[in-house]
Amino acid sequence: MAYPYVSDREVRLLSTYFGDPKQRHIETYVKRGGYSALEKALGMGPDDVVEIVKSSGLRGRGGAGFPTGVKWSFMPKEKKKAHYLLCNADESEPGTFKDRELMRWDPHQLIEGCLIGAHAIRAQHVYIYCRGEFFEANQVLARAVEDAYAKGYIGENILDSGHDIEVTVHQGAGAYICGEETGMMNSLEGRRGEPRIKPPFPAAVGAFGKPSTINNVETLCAIPHIVKNGGEWYRQWGTEKSPGTKLFCVSGHVIKPGNYELPLGFPLIELIEDVCGGMKDGNALKAVIPGGSSVPLINAEEARACKLDYEGCVDVGTMLGCASVIVMDETTDIVKQVRRMVDFYAHESCGLCTPCREGTTWTAQILRRIENGKGTEDDLDTLMEMTQNMVGTTICVLSDSVAAPVQSSIEKFRDEYLALIRRGERVGAA
Amino acid sequence: MPVTLTIDGQEVTVPKGTTILEAAKTIGQQVPHYCYHPGMSSPAMCRLCLVEVEGAPKPMPSCVTTVMDGQVVHTQSEEATASRKAVLEFYLVNHPLDCPICDMSGECSLQDYVHEEGRDSGRSREPKRVFGRDDFGGDVLFYGDRCVMCTRCVRFMSEVEQDTRLTVVDRGNRSVIDTFFEEGLDGTNWHGNIVDICPVGALVSKDFLHKARAWDLEHTPSICTSCSQGCNIDLHTRDNLVQRLKPRENLDVNGWWMCDHGRENYEWINQGTRIEAPLVRDGNGGSKAVDWKEVLGALLEQANGAGAVKAVASPLASNEDLGALKALVEALGGGETVYRSARAEEEIVLKGFPSLARRKDLSANTTGAELMGLERAGADDATGGLADVAGHDGVLVVLGDALEDQPADFGKNAALYVFLGSHESEASANASFVLPVTTFAEQEGTFTNVAGRVQRFWPGLQAPGMARPPWLILGALVAELTEADLPRTAADAFAALASAVPAFSGLTYDDIGTRGALVNEPVQLSGD
Ligand SMILES: Cc1cc2nc3c(=O)[nH]c(=O)nc-3n(C[C@H](O)[C@H](O)[C@H](O)COP(=O)(O)O)c2cc1C
Ligand code: SF4
Ligand code: SF4
Ligand code: SF4
Repeated sequence: MAYPYVSDREVRLLSTYFGDPKQRHIETYVKRGGYSALEKALGMGPDDVVEIVKSSGLRGRGGAGFPTGVKWSFMPKEKKKAHYLLCNADESEPGTFKDRELMRWDPHQLIEGCLIGAHAIRAQHVYIYCRGEFFEANQVLARAVEDAYAKGYIGENILDSGHDIEVTVHQGAGAYICGEETGMMNSLEGRRGEPRIKPPFPAAVGAFGKPSTINNVETLCAIPHIVKNGGEWYRQWGTEKSPGTKLFCVSGHVIKPGNYELPLGFPLIELIEDVCGGMKDGNALKAVIPGGSSVPLINAEEARACKLDYEGCVDVGTMLGCASVIVMDETTDIVKQVRRMVDFYAHESCGLCTPCREGTTWTAQILRRIENGKGTEDDLDTLMEMTQNMVGTTICVLSDSVAAPVQSSIEKFRDEYLALIRRGERVGAA
Repeated sequence: MPVTLTIDGQEVTVPKGTTILEAAKTIGQQVPHYCYHPGMSSPAMCRLCLVEVEGAPKPMPSCVTTVMDGQVVHTQSEEATASRKAVLEFYLVNHPLDCPICDMSGECSLQDYVHEEGRDSGRSREPKRVFGRDDFGGDVLFYGDRCVMCTRCVRFMSEVEQDTRLTVVDRGNRSVIDTFFEEGLDGTNWHGNIVDICPVGALVSKDFLHKARAWDLEHTPSICTSCSQGCNIDLHTRDNLVQRLKPRENLDVNGWWMCDHGRENYEWINQGTRIEAPLVRDGNGGSKAVDWKEVLGALLEQANGAGAVKAVASPLASNEDLGALKALVEALGGGETVYRSARAEEEIVLKGFPSLARRKDLSANTTGAELMGLERAGADDATGGLADVAGHDGVLVVLGDALEDQPADFGKNAALYVFLGSHESEASANASFVLPVTTFAEQEGTFTNVAGRVQRFWPGLQAPGMARPPWLILGALVAELTEADLPRTAADAFAALASAVPAFSGLTYDDIGTRGALVNEPVQLSGD
């Protein structure tokens, strides 16, 4: 198989067929055991499916790590209105590229997961909200949905079970904020992509005002495996609190960047040095962002101590997020990196909340000024305090995401900021 | 179901479902906010109303967080005030602070909040974002740089007027309020309200632009005279001129709103060339200005045995004025009184607050006139209908109707023609007595609105010269002709009316207060 890089340290459950175009064909998928989990699930009551998922300990792969089975159990047990399952395929977090691969290579795995999830939460309709820029993934998914309809896996009376489930693939239009679950619901309904205030929570009032559950692509892709093999089986990988495998999107200064499926709890340093073939050009490791741009960055020392699971990351002062590991070597200009990330948030803030609307741009402006040698030490204090004012004060957590890279970089790489400030002062003096 | 909680150490009991912000109001605690408005949905986006709720992990938006039994809320704690201080700093990052040339200055909640709780100085050294100025159509100019992005204006148009003309374009800090292409606000009927609810000087009135500073304006509670809805308003005056009208909250009548027609119709109040002294005509083209004592004495002399009365009254006259007129007509031996009033073809209903409409009757007191037995006359443009009156040979009394459509020989045959008005007109040429009266803006009184609600208004302007309220002039005549007491205040005049006209019986100025009170009879307008 020609998938860019693989490693024998991997445990490939979800990514088994990455690089194999045949897997996109429904016949191949079925021949390789596909849709048997769906058949099994449809033969069970919805709550029994929820129980299996609960027992597996699977946690949401969209970033927050909330236990999926528990989330499903929030849905009303009695269906008084329509229920919806929304599959979050808007993957836009800088550094993240796992959902795209899951959709490109194994679309039926996702569809099967969606159908099982829909059955478990008593939903009659699944919306897969796919990032608009993912042209190929969108096409592959659309084709796969069509095939699954034709074969009777989607639609009325699926596999003669008496259950009807529809699946719609919806293309986003280029907004990171539409990956936030309530922003997605607004977007799906044709409104501005802006998060909603909670409560009410989606399980009570979600898409189109009906009870809804939102799950990430990778979360749903794990479902068929868990339903087929049981919760205990899934727990043979990972840790007690973070069971199972996880796709790690590694980018940056490593020899072999790419997607690697590893058991949770895998040591970060082994991911870099072993799985990814080590640092590029033999340069020294400087910093790692282990969970996508929204989590604090850690320095080399912390990286060496970091275990890649939800708790292990917290132990070193960061978060697992969506496991997008951005590796930076000694040549990296940290201030510039941080400024680029903040530029992203300034561009993507929906603009509802004042701290986020104003704070994202203001932060970027200050960072740019520092980069250009016009900063002062006071700016660093302002940055620390002002970004703290963006934490916990807004409707969604995009605002908090700015504080993470800014504060962690100032704490850990203050020297780099000071060097820029001093160089500017010298030039100014000359 | 009542819920009891503690706000700033004080126990508060409010109905279930009340927000913390509204509950705090009941103990006089105003939590600063921009996006929240009680008449619209709450997006909880300005983040200014965050308060500390014990046990909650984060500060909570008080505009959408509903009260719970036993909840302990702090609106003035360290956490709450620090949060407001932080949010206010964000607001000033891009705000131009052009208060010296901003129409909102002096009544701007950004100024107020920052003065009260903001930082002593901002930390931003960055260049500010510039949007510039835009004509939104209608009476509205948009100064984009001043906008605090509360979206009240957008929500008013889409939720209250229900004619979506504004939207937020782009996102993040590039978000800006805009119209749809060139459509703008032209042709909408309630858009003046967005200027009122804009918390800053981002939306300003073209009509009021640079006319007066807010702190130079006097505010007088009044009632809009432009239709029979009777929206509660404030007259904003300076230099004895009305500078603008603003709605005054009254949930029973107009909520927080008023229509553009009513808002724009105020220049007539400021019209000069007033009658300033009572005039007596000698019948040979000569006339002289005299004092009140003399004019009323002469008038009473002539009234003796002058015949049946025909009177024309304006439906802009107050209940007190009309009541006094009615008493005078009776004291003079009886007769009939008509009123003329402009009428529109359609009501203009405010869809999101449907008990409010620009009514068909385009005068404030048609209902009062009807309740007092006045007959409607003339066409829907308030002309004609006076053929009988014009040539009447007995006593003719005109109150407030300018008679603009009437010929110069109006009242020529009358034995006694008394004209009470604010401005002379051609048709008053034959009047033997021309008596200067005040407008509603210069006197105290009440109107009765379309629903039979009697509402008080207060004087905001000085009356010119010797002009007096009609009820006082007419009341003095009645007191001379009958046993009745001379009314010394508008309240006296209202009391006289209440004892004479059953619909008003039992009502007093105290009952009516600033919010109005209903008459005792169901209201039915002639022609409806
Ligand atoms: C600003 C923002 C952007 C987000 N973008 C994504 C995204 O692109 N994909 C995703 O799966 N979750 C995203 N999330 C998380 C979702 O809100 C939600 O928690 C997740 O889809 C739930 O799925 P899970 O329980 O399977 O993790 C985002 C959250 C925020 C606050
Ligand atoms: S935090 Fe930012 S992105 Fe999230 S709702 Fe508020 S303004 Fe929008
Ligand atoms: S123009 Fe005024 S009302 Fe409209 S969003 Fe801006 S500040 Fe709010
Ligand atoms: S609805 Fe009638 S009373 Fe109200 S503002 Fe308009 S004209 Fe005046």
